[in-house]
Amino acid sequence: MSQKIKDATIPTIPLGARIQRWIGRNLIRIYAIFAFTYLFIPVAYTFVFSFNDAGKSNLIWQAFTFKNWQNPCGAPEVCNALGNSIKIGFLATFFATILGTMIAFAIGRHNFKGRSASNLLIFLPMATPEIVLGASLLSLFLVFKINPGFWPTVIAHIVFCISFVVVTVKARIASLDPRLEQAAMDLYANEFETFRRVTLPLVAPGIAGAALLAFSLSFDDFIITNFNSGTLTTFPKFIYVSAARGIPAQANVIGSAMFFLALALVIVGQLVNRRKVR
Amino acid sequence: MGKNRTPYLLLLPGFGFLFTFFILPIINLAQTSTQTKIAGGDTGQYEQTLHFRNYIDAFVENKDQFGRSFLFATISTLLALAIAYPLAYAIAFKSGKYKNLLLVLVVAPFFTSFLLRTIAWKQILGEEGFVVPTLRSLGIISQSTTLTSTSFAVVMGMTYNFLPFMTLPLFASIDRIDPRTLEASGDLYANGYTTFRKVTLPLSMPGVVAGTLLTFIPAAGDYVNASILGDPTTKMIGNVIESRFFKIVDYPTAAALSFTLMAAILILVTLYIRKAGTEELV
Repeated sequence: MSQKIKDATIPTIPLGARIQRWIGRNLIRIYAIFAFTYLFIPVAYTFVFSFNDAGKSNLIWQAFTFKNWQNPCGAPEVCNALGNSIKIGFLATFFATILGTMIAFAIGRHNFKGRSASNLLIFLPMATPEIVLGASLLSLFLVFKINPGFWPTVIAHIVFCISFVVVTVKARIASLDPRLEQAAMDLYANEFETFRRVTLPLVAPGIAGAALLAFSLSFDDFIITNFNSGTLTTFPKFIYVSAARGIPAQANVIGSAMFFLALALVIVGQLVNRRKVR
Repeated sequence: MGKNRTPYLLLLPGFGFLFTFFILPIINLAQTSTQTKIAGGDTGQYEQTLHFRNYIDAFVENKDQFGRSFLFATISTLLALAIAYPLAYAIAFKSGKYKNLLLVLVVAPFFTSFLLRTIAWKQILGEEGFVVPTLRSLGIISQSTTLTSTSFAVVMGMTYNFLPFMTLPLFASIDRIDPRTLEASGDLYANGYTTFRKVTLPLSMPGVVAGTLLTFIPAAGDYVNASILGDPTTKMIGNVIESRFFKIVDYPTAAALSFTLMAAILILVTLYIRKAGTEELV
């Protein structure tokens, strides 16, 4: 009925009013397009300037070239820094994911004395500004005469990644249907089997998401790393230090490549997930 | 009995780690904050004298930077909320089958290093970029006005960098709203504005609280945006702590400042959570 009325009235509405109505209806979509533009301007800028034939200082557009992409390690130190970031990222992700998942299961699956205190201990590192985390760890290392460097950085990254892993995995555990586990138990699976064949596979996407989050937090971290890495260079540190004299275009290549790699990973993951659901 | 031990065994390694590398350092930092220079000692040598005046001295000396940190963090949190809320709403309710793709696009800029993106802003807004000459030729800003090295650039950079932290929790709680509650509100003759104020906003409050916290806390301690996009007059407390630590090797002042920052944030966060009335945050 209402559809009929609408169809009948559309031609009689003047164009201006129709445009107005269209804008009113799509205002939020237009807004979202603007927000995405804002998000992607610097990404696009970084990508465009990765093709700049700029030499040492990549400030002004000179000429188009593929040579930065052909030789991403061309600038001194850049690949060394990237390698360090990847190594630190993998180690921090590995340990933070294991420790964090265990905590998430304890808090998400058990009722025990000190549960709310445990929640608080997980919340605190997230509520602590990075600079305080970094500075406090460095001062501890100094007391014990441990030189800042590779392992202190890994430890620092585990500290701030654990909480994010706990929160992510816990959310996944909370969304599980408890009847699935009960069904497994009813079918004579013991506790361990139930965990291995029902609970863990169901929580696995949450753990994978948490690991991805931990890696990207670690890979991109600058403040805490700056405090605890000493003379070791990581990729963000390399950029910060070279900012003063101009960042080589190779850094833009690596940044853009990471962007497309992560995007591809996430999209492939979603497609695999969708196929599984079907 | 064996069952009751399971949660503690699961917690043990992680909490042991957090105790050693999070709680102990904080205690140690507290201890450092009341130390003073050893008379006749080298640079960087301090002894414990329970000198609590460090806190007052550090605060009085740096109150401008403290004020700026909280002002900039508040403004950029509000701006991020204003940008992220409609965005999260659009993704949750208006994106149809592209929902997951759009969600990925919100996080995607993350993977280009945030330093690269911040420096990109510096160059876009800088003298060689295209924004400043355009605005000048249109007469919107005067010939001598610059956009970088200003508070505006710092706040804009912070808003930009923390936007995904705001958008994701907002999306998570808006996406959970049953669209039928919005229809019901419309059926009861509420207009769009009333529906938003009485239904959508209250139901999305947990996301608003989580998003503002995840934005405000790192923003208040940030110094990267201020040092890349700002100038000496836009220094934030993070810049001071960093230079006290590395350039001046004044550990007690750096520690006292860190502690004051952390305490201020914790107090604000507690008050805010009380007021917003959501306890189940983590």
